Amino acid sequence: MSVQEMNLAAPPSPLQEIVTETASHLYVWALKDIPQDLRDALSDARARETSVPGRRVLETIHRNINVADSERNLVCQDTGIAVYHCRVGEGFPLHPTRIYEALRDGTARATLEHPLRSNAVHTLTRENTGPNIGHRLPIVHWEFIADWDGLDVKCVPKGSGSENMSFLKMCVPADGVNGIKRFVLESIVSSGGKPCPPGIVGVGIGGSADYAMYLAKEAIMRPIGTRNDDPLVAALEDELYALLNETGIGPMGLGGDVTVLQCHIEHADTHMTLNPVAVNYQCWAARRASAHVTAAGAVDYDREA
Amino acid sequence: MASHELSFPVTDPGEILKLRVGDEVTVQGHILGIRDRTQIRIFDQGVEPPMDLAGAFLLHTAPNVRKLGPGRYEKLCIGTTTSARMVRFTEPLGERYGVRAICGKGGFPDEAIEPMARLGMVYFAIVGGAAALETTQIEEIEEVFWEELMPECLWKFRVKDFGPLTVGIDAHGNSLYHDVQAAANEKLKEIFARF
Repeated sequence: MSVQEMNLAAPPSPLQEIVTETASHLYVWALKDIPQDLRDALSDARARETSVPGRRVLETIHRNINVADSERNLVCQDTGIAVYHCRVGEGFPLHPTRIYEALRDGTARATLEHPLRSNAVHTLTRENTGPNIGHRLPIVHWEFIADWDGLDVKCVPKGSGSENMSFLKMCVPADGVNGIKRFVLESIVSSGGKPCPPGIVGVGIGGSADYAMYLAKEAIMRPIGTRNDDPLVAALEDELYALLNETGIGPMGLGGDVTVLQCHIEHADTHMTLNPVAVNYQCWAARRASAHVTAAGAVDYDREA
Repeated sequence: MASHELSFPVTDPGEILKLRVGDEVTVQGHILGIRDRTQIRIFDQGVEPPMDLAGAFLLHTAPNVRKLGPGRYEKLCIGTTTSARMVRFTEPLGERYGVRAICGKGGFPDEAIEPMARLGMVYFAIVGGAAALETTQIEEIEEVFWEELMPECLWKFRVKDFGPLTVGIDAHGNSLYHDVQAAANEKLKEIFARF
């Protein structure tokens, strides 16, 4: 037996079990207790909305969050597709293959033990594939950090109502920045009430077709109202946020002043003949929860990251 | 914009006709949970529904439940799904079975306006994602049919103060979704002209 095969047969290490338990906790926590920045953004929306149906929607959302807190129930019934974002230090003593196993096992554990509705199906047969796990589920975004030995895990359960409102356009360079702005505005107006507005509009620009959509998903994972480090991109976030709220689509598409809570943009440099733009919508129930794990296995939960 | 309290199933069609887009509605009585697969079974596979749908209020849902015993379920978390996928069932639901109200999130496209006006039906907008609150307004799961479609069975719920709902499409040919979309498209033209 080779060394590699011996390792494959070994039971999960204590650190792997800690990451599994962390993932399980994060999935349920994210579904029940939304971050403070989102609560604040929804309160601001309620204060500034002037349309009657829009105010009714935002008041109901406010009541719903309070009931979820007091009843310890899920904020939304759609337990989503489990998406994680991992920042792995180069010195973290658990290989990413084992981190992935832990995230998958933790997702399944939370689904079975809570219990949570399982949404995972085979794309062709539509048959359930397991407790919110399956082939290439959960989905993990990876980032690797030099000169560090920790692990950050963020769980972002993504509901289907808003994920169905995802759009990609390969603009041409001659379309310029205005082409990007037009596409984002047209995407959100045509979505109407379907993605449960007001939410976070995630935009990915540049890179390639697949990478633009990947970046749009990264954008919705950020704490609400944070701005891109690149001042040009940050200015476009400000501009699109204001323009999107001029459209009048309003809460749940019933008309009003607040169509989006924020617009976040992530970008990559691209080919001289490419100008990709991707839109990934995050509903108002923008659920996320994070944990920091040290090399020694200490876990620090963080709702605000 | 008026406020109404309605009890379902309705027996008097006038109850539906007095509703106008934008009005607020709170619902009492019994409502039925239904989703994609439930309606595919009725209309595409030709299986007659196991209960009377006359005057009914249908909710687009697939609840999180815990099984207590044969045909008995406890609610865990009940919320509402996107309606637009199921718009094509609107006309036959009203015409063949006398359904009076459909409730979901995100609205119906314009093709629902004409049959709803002709058949005296309304679309109620609920707040998508507000499942924790919705769950407290559903008092009990009274009956479940077609359990093999779990969670897309036909559910009978007893509700108390269910809402607030907003009339999104009324029985007089009006759609809030149509109006909001038309105004937004005009606004976009104005915005693009500034670029």
